[in-house]
Amino acid sequence: MDRSDTFDIEFTLNGEAVAATVPARRLLIHFLRDDLDLTGPKIGCDTGHCGACTVLYNGRTIKSCMMLAVQADGATIETVEALAADGEMTPVQQAFHEHHALQCGYCTSGMVMSATYLLEKNPSPSPEEIREGLRGNLCRCTGYVNIVEAVAAAAGKETSA
Amino acid sequence: MTAPTRVETPRWTGQNYPRKEDRRLLTGQGRYVDDRGMIRQGYAHFVRSPYAHARIVSIDTSKLENMTGVYCTLVGEEVKEMTDPLFQIAPPPGGNMVEYLMAVDKVRYQGEPVAVVLAETRELARDAADLVEVKYEPLPPVTDAIAAQEPDAPILHDEVGTNVSWQGTYEYGDIDWALSEADHVVKIDKLHFHRFSSTPIECFGVVVNWDRGTDTIEVISNNQMPMFGAMMIAPSLRIGIDRFEFVSQDIGGGFGIKINLYKQTGVLALLSRKAGRPVKWVETRTEHHLDGGHGNERWFLDIEVPVMADGTILGVKARAIDDAGAYLHYEPLGAVIWSQVLPGCYKMRHFRIDYSQSLTNKCPTVPNRGYSRMQHLWMLERIVDVVAHELGFDPVEIRKRNYVQPEDYPYETPNGCVYDSGNLPLSLDKALELVDYPKWRERQKEAEGTTKRIGIGIGSTLDSGTNNFGQSRIINRELPFSGNGEAAICKLDLYGEVSVALGTTPQGQGHETTAAQVVADILGITPEEVTVIPGFDQARNSYVGFSGTYASQFAVTGINAVIGAANKLKAEMVELAALVLGASEEEIELAEGHARVIGDPERAIPFIGLANMVYTNNAELPTEVAERISLNCRHVYVPPFDPPDPDRKYGNLTLTYASQIHVAVVEVDTETGKVEVLDYAAVDDCGTRINPQIVEGQVHGAAAHGIAAALREEMRYDEDGQLLNANFLYYHAPSAADMPHIKTDWVESPSPFTGTGAKGMGEGGGAPLHAICSAIQDALGTDVPIVADSFNPPERVYRLLHGEGLGAGRGVEVVAKGGS
Repeated sequence: MDRSDTFDIEFTLNGEAVAATVPARRLLIHFLRDDLDLTGPKIGCDTGHCGACTVLYNGRTIKSCMMLAVQADGATIETVEALAADGEMTPVQQAFHEHHALQCGYCTSGMVMSATYLLEKNPSPSPEEIREGLRGNLCRCTGYVNIVEAVAAAAGKETSA
Repeated sequence: MTAPTRVETPRWTGQNYPRKEDRRLLTGQGRYVDDRGMIRQGYAHFVRSPYAHARIVSIDTSKLENMTGVYCTLVGEEVKEMTDPLFQIAPPPGGNMVEYLMAVDKVRYQGEPVAVVLAETRELARDAADLVEVKYEPLPPVTDAIAAQEPDAPILHDEVGTNVSWQGTYEYGDIDWALSEADHVVKIDKLHFHRFSSTPIECFGVVVNWDRGTDTIEVISNNQMPMFGAMMIAPSLRIGIDRFEFVSQDIGGGFGIKINLYKQTGVLALLSRKAGRPVKWVETRTEHHLDGGHGNERWFLDIEVPVMADGTILGVKARAIDDAGAYLHYEPLGAVIWSQVLPGCYKMRHFRIDYSQSLTNKCPTVPNRGYSRMQHLWMLERIVDVVAHELGFDPVEIRKRNYVQPEDYPYETPNGCVYDSGNLPLSLDKALELVDYPKWRERQKEAEGTTKRIGIGIGSTLDSGTNNFGQSRIINRELPFSGNGEAAICKLDLYGEVSVALGTTPQGQGHETTAAQVVADILGITPEEVTVIPGFDQARNSYVGFSGTYASQFAVTGINAVIGAANKLKAEMVELAALVLGASEEEIELAEGHARVIGDPERAIPFIGLANMVYTNNAELPTEVAERISLNCRHVYVPPFDPPDPDRKYGNLTLTYASQIHVAVVEVDTETGKVEVLDYAAVDDCGTRINPQIVEGQVHGAAAHGIAAALREEMRYDEDGQLLNANFLYYHAPSAADMPHIKTDWVESPSPFTGTGAKGMGEGGGAPLHAICSAIQDALGTDVPIVADSFNPPERVYRLLHGEGLGAGRGVEVVAKGGS
């Protein structure tokens, strides 16, 4: 395989069908951001540690810097842009807003995706479970205090709703 | 008839108004530098030195000449021909340094750029950069700041002739007298403050276009002090400041490190000019760790502390050796900035600090949250703690005895700084209460003799804010800097909209929100009705030379600029309304989007009506009024400062002194050396708070940086100058699972110097480093060497437990003087 080889892929992105031709080596995060102009997911490291690029891949959180664009073929992918698609922020987003769980906002796209996924899997997590569940997402602004509070508050809302 | 009184109670200022910035950031609609681009842009990638110290023998870019998709290359020699060396802050000998925008002839740290490649895609630029062939002749590196000052050390910069970039003695009171009169002298061999970085999740990025048509340079970047950057690189590029347009919207964390983004900007501007197209560059995480900039590492040697029998500490004598890395970026300003907090929280009056700074073959240091003060404050807190342990004083009582007391404010320090307000004993009490101090003392006793020892530590700090840049003259008396300032523009737009332009470059501090809160109160509207234009744009003309977001000052400089601009706008609106409503100006109030006569709400004109009078209906106005009133009001806030006296190294160096008192409870596993934080509290006093929730968020963030730095994070070089942890795999930035819960409380001691009572805050003074070292010391007791390093991973604590410290013996000696 040559570095200039390309592949045709088809997948579902935020509910819409996408067909594209991508270079073999292009990372999924670069494909989303540079080719599809979907700049919600961010890039913060080279090694899959920071989690700013977290998206949902067939319903599971993945780090889109650790996948190639060609691996999107046939998959269903959701980014942060899908969350408030109808204009209303989700309970997780709303709780982040109310509890001041973001400062610079750079980790937020990934953090919100991981928090959303966490609450899907565990609707009423303990503070320790929240901290464990967000282990893959680094934030350097908040010290995580308000993030943990926001996720707990969002959990409360979802269970009471 | 007396004029009706107006209610001046702030409605919005002081409230936890949720941030205006949040929605776009939560929905993935923020605009960070990497989210932006320009038509026809190429992608840049730097070629970097693998050596810490080497002569550049040759750079061969011939393999790239006919590569499809490669636009252009640029090497150091070309940069040298097109530019002048960068302006240096230091006086000679450090000031003799010849530093170009990119390495010429020599490289001085691993990761230093030697060439840059521009190509059609990110991937191609990276591949092409790999094909640039650089021949190096390795030279011996020096990575230790003490060794760098030895006569046989390899010299980094031949033109400097020494690795000592700056040296000066800070002497106040009479330390020799104090040492001879004291009941005890506590001597500490050496202390070491380690090198780390707050590592913003967003790395550096620049999109730059040197436009051929207008000969102007548009720079979209995440520089957090853009006009400082412009002042540095414009002379080097041989152009005026007016050629630049620096722009940023959202910035993904900065913490001071993003002040360092100017050399790259200059090189990329040259690359854009050469290629005739825009250039986009975004650092990788590894590049950021190698080249982005680190916080200052510092040694403290030969410390002598005079102590009276009652626990009064008279002062400190010490040598400080700071490690600047390979170049002076913003340095050697750190060599004076620490003296903003010379006595820390304490009433010590006698000092002799012999301060010098070394150049080493490591990444240049730059301001990092708590810049230069936290190193010094850490030393002071280590001293207070060691004194308490060695002489048997209670660590709480000795602090309270030596603290500046509430009735002492405004308190003038020995070097002329004026502490504005505070209540340190109350702050400490609150912090101890948050963790339930007596309970932990009990638990500590219960744990004695087990392998899980408990320690409780205190970190007392000052977060000095709003620099008097005149302190730079203590470093170099030729520098034309003094005072400080910030600009803001408040405007009533054509249809009566209120908009505000700032000069700041926030990275999460919520300036759009707090600025809107104060403007809403002044103009009688809601924060929702105030548009604070996100980000910075030089073309808005809302900046001064010191503009930016750094050094704990927005609540003073930024907010006062906004208040000044809003008050000017209000005065114009009131004058217009008085004219059109046939009332006196004293009778007019602004409320609910109208200017109206107090007590007669029928006589009112909406904001749109006022705007109409000025913008589109001005023949109705007297010419004198129409020419004078613009409804577009710019204000520059200038804090009250005099230039310090460089001979005495004396003057008020910062306007406000917020305090943070932290208490840490740790458990030390004596079998492994692992330290776990069991409880943590931070009490902040930053005067009047404009938005308490935002203040608390800053306290959390600063606490997290310090806790992580104390236990997890070190930029670690080997003897060859190779950085061993240039990514998040090996550099252990903490996740939520690694961090304790942080309890907070506050004390509110309004500043008498700022108008609003607010103080700058956010840096936090590195308090957790002090508190955690203090807690480890408390857990280990006095049988083992003192905690002498600010970084305490398990292996270091394990060594302490086995008698291996930093200095000779236990690293501390107490000399009891006669007669007491």
